[in-house]
Amino acid sequence: METALSIVVGLLFASAVYLMLSLHTIRILLGVVLLGNSVNLLIFTAGRFRSDVPPIIPIDSYVPTTDVANPLPQALILTAIVISFSFFVFLLVLAYRAYQDLGTDDSDKMRLAEPVGDDTPPQGY
Amino acid sequence: MRTVIFRTVAPFLTALMIIFSIFILLRGHNEPGGGFIGGLIAASANAVYGIACGVSPVRRSLKFHPMTIAAAGLFIATLAGMASIFAQAGFLTGLWTTVNLFGQTIDLSTTLFFDIGVYLVVLGTFSSIGLALEEREME
Amino acid sequence: MAATGVTKVDRSLAMVTEALGAWDWLVIAPVALPLLGAAALLLIRKRIAWHAPASIAIMLLMLAADVGLLIRVWNEGPVHMAMGSWLPPFGIIFAVDTLGAVFATITAFIGLVCAVYATAEIDTTEYRYGYFTFYLLMLAGVTGAFLTGDVFNLYVWFEVLLISSFGLLALGSNPIQLDGTFKYAILNLVATTLFLITVGLIYGIAGTLNMADLAIKARSGDLGAPVMSFGVLLTFAFLMKAAAFPLNAWLPASYHVTRSASSALFAALLTKVGVYALLRTLVLVFPELGETFAPVLLIVANSTMIAGALGLLASNDIRRMVGWAVISGIGVILVGLGLGEAAALSGAIAYAIHSMVVMAGLYLLAGAMSWLAGTDSLFKMGGLAVHSPALLLCGLGIVLATAGLPPFSGLWPKAILVEAALSKAAYVTVGIILVNGLLTTIALGRMFAFGFWRAAQMERSELAPFPLLSKSRIVPVATIAIVSLAGGLYPEPWLAASRQAAAGLLDAATYINAVLPEG
Repeated sequence: METALSIVVGLLFASAVYLMLSLHTIRILLGVVLLGNSVNLLIFTAGRFRSDVPPIIPIDSYVPTTDVANPLPQALILTAIVISFSFFVFLLVLAYRAYQDLGTDDSDKMRLAEPVGDDTPPQGY
Repeated sequence: MRTVIFRTVAPFLTALMIIFSIFILLRGHNEPGGGFIGGLIAASANAVYGIACGVSPVRRSLKFHPMTIAAAGLFIATLAGMASIFAQAGFLTGLWTTVNLFGQTIDLSTTLFFDIGVYLVVLGTFSSIGLALEEREME
Repeated sequence: MAATGVTKVDRSLAMVTEALGAWDWLVIAPVALPLLGAAALLLIRKRIAWHAPASIAIMLLMLAADVGLLIRVWNEGPVHMAMGSWLPPFGIIFAVDTLGAVFATITAFIGLVCAVYATAEIDTTEYRYGYFTFYLLMLAGVTGAFLTGDVFNLYVWFEVLLISSFGLLALGSNPIQLDGTFKYAILNLVATTLFLITVGLIYGIAGTLNMADLAIKARSGDLGAPVMSFGVLLTFAFLMKAAAFPLNAWLPASYHVTRSASSALFAALLTKVGVYALLRTLVLVFPELGETFAPVLLIVANSTMIAGALGLLASNDIRRMVGWAVISGIGVILVGLGLGEAAALSGAIAYAIHSMVVMAGLYLLAGAMSWLAGTDSLFKMGGLAVHSPALLLCGLGIVLATAGLPPFSGLWPKAILVEAALSKAAYVTVGIILVNGLLTTIALGRMFAFGFWRAAQMERSELAPFPLLSKSRIVPVATIAIVSLAGGLYPEPWLAASRQAAAGLLDAATYINAVLPEG
């Protein structure tokens, strides 16, 4: 199971990197989503698969009585999902506004912050 | 989306979802549930209402701006974490107490208030995002 | 429910049971205060007149808490607090050593200085959209990153500071801001995601995320080969955050698009968080990685210094120019990591302290100059000396400090680094540090000469009359110039602090004992 998931994680990473190498903002964003999901899957895989029993300790004992699922990766992933989701929402709106205001979704043509014909500084007084 | 059936059902559906979200919030301490998932359910209730009846009825029904709700949530959560300063314990330590009200014993804890804070933050943030996107769609 | 009392639970197995005094709360106060303040500001969103005074008051409290924390750490060694009282390494802890406390103190100081400048700069709309909420949240994120003792928690604080910096960058939504923010956002998101990948891998290999516990496991040597592979990812991610040479292009493309106060805050804090994370992980937690990567880091440091200085020489827009100055400062700090012994590390930490203060000052100076002149271009600027002699004096101080010339604070850490490099026979690095200083002097001297000395370039008719420089613009710039001068004339306190911080990083046993007494 771990092996299969590792391959899936690898494929997701590859597709994410491929998409993020594109010039178009929307593809970059899709790459970001895939990247976030592949990381979540990676953490899940790294936390090992045990059983599907929730890690709830019976009221009269100190340790779980049976083999239980590892709750920590799930907590990490939950945090990471929330963060990546809010990032994605922000970036989506940002890309949309940038497309409206700059009139392009080609990141090579977004040159307002780094003007194309940027002068070299004055050479003499 | 604005069919008569949907518009008639949506307010009831929204009310039910909000009640369910509060139920999920309150059972969260010892069973699956909690503030985060409760807040998501409440935010989707608002989204349903917004899709059916438009954004301004949702804003009116919320009374406060969604960001104000989120801010109140963050405020409550941080305060709940700081309450343990009086118990000489670390930040975010859960403190428990019981209250007797009309012959019923009610367990109260700072974790509950923290969870309510999370609920409000999630509700406020996601309603804010959802309403902003729906508004754009309606234009 | 938990209070039904069916069984008596022995809490001391899992929780901290000894009572904490109010003073122990100093560990968390610098993070909890701005969080609370940000929430309060968002609640009073409409009363914009209260925003600036309230946030400045909160930053003063933060500064007091940080100073208290620093004094405590200085006297007692590393202190920690377990969140929710759950015992480390299972619960999340905040663990503060000298390095974290020093950086947190400077964070609060810089936050205060830039906030004063921001009051002169931002308009009603920005107040209304919660400028100071983002500002306080970002300070909370930076301070949290400096104080936490847990790797995943470090990631979370990275995200907190990142998303609030997006807010500060994009606030106002000018097209140029959207452009800069998009590049900044994507590149930094990739960097933090790489960091998250390593967090997942570290957890998979070591089964713990607590820094002290990780340090024990890394020293016991049973982590095995994958340490190198995630170490590469980790270093790559932090170098990207720190804007080291091959990964620096996002910084001059984005920092200048927003208000100068925000740019100054970013320049002072965000890249230094990357440097801090490198110091923390490569020296304290995984020393083996640090030793292996040292030659690579030295090459990165050399090329960053060259790239920064050349970029500085080649830019015309003064605010973009400062971005290159930040990059060249990062190169100097990385030299210390690349040399990797107590003296070099203390030099790096001292330079980081100096750079946090002075880079903020440089951005504020550039902001004040371009606001006065009405342009960012060196071609059009001029005549500022006549107009504001006070700014001229402060500007001279900050320019000299950045270039590392006496009597300002830049000289000492550079001298320490040069000495350490000489003792390790790294002559190329020595040469590059000196050349970097020379080129920085030339470039900033040109900015100074063209901006201040030269006669005004534009006809008075086409230029609106010079606006008057208000107190809230000149006071922050002057404060930084004076602090830098004081640091240069009387360097012993902050050099001692950086020596102790470096010693604390190298002495992992004390840190581990403070956090995990029985481990």
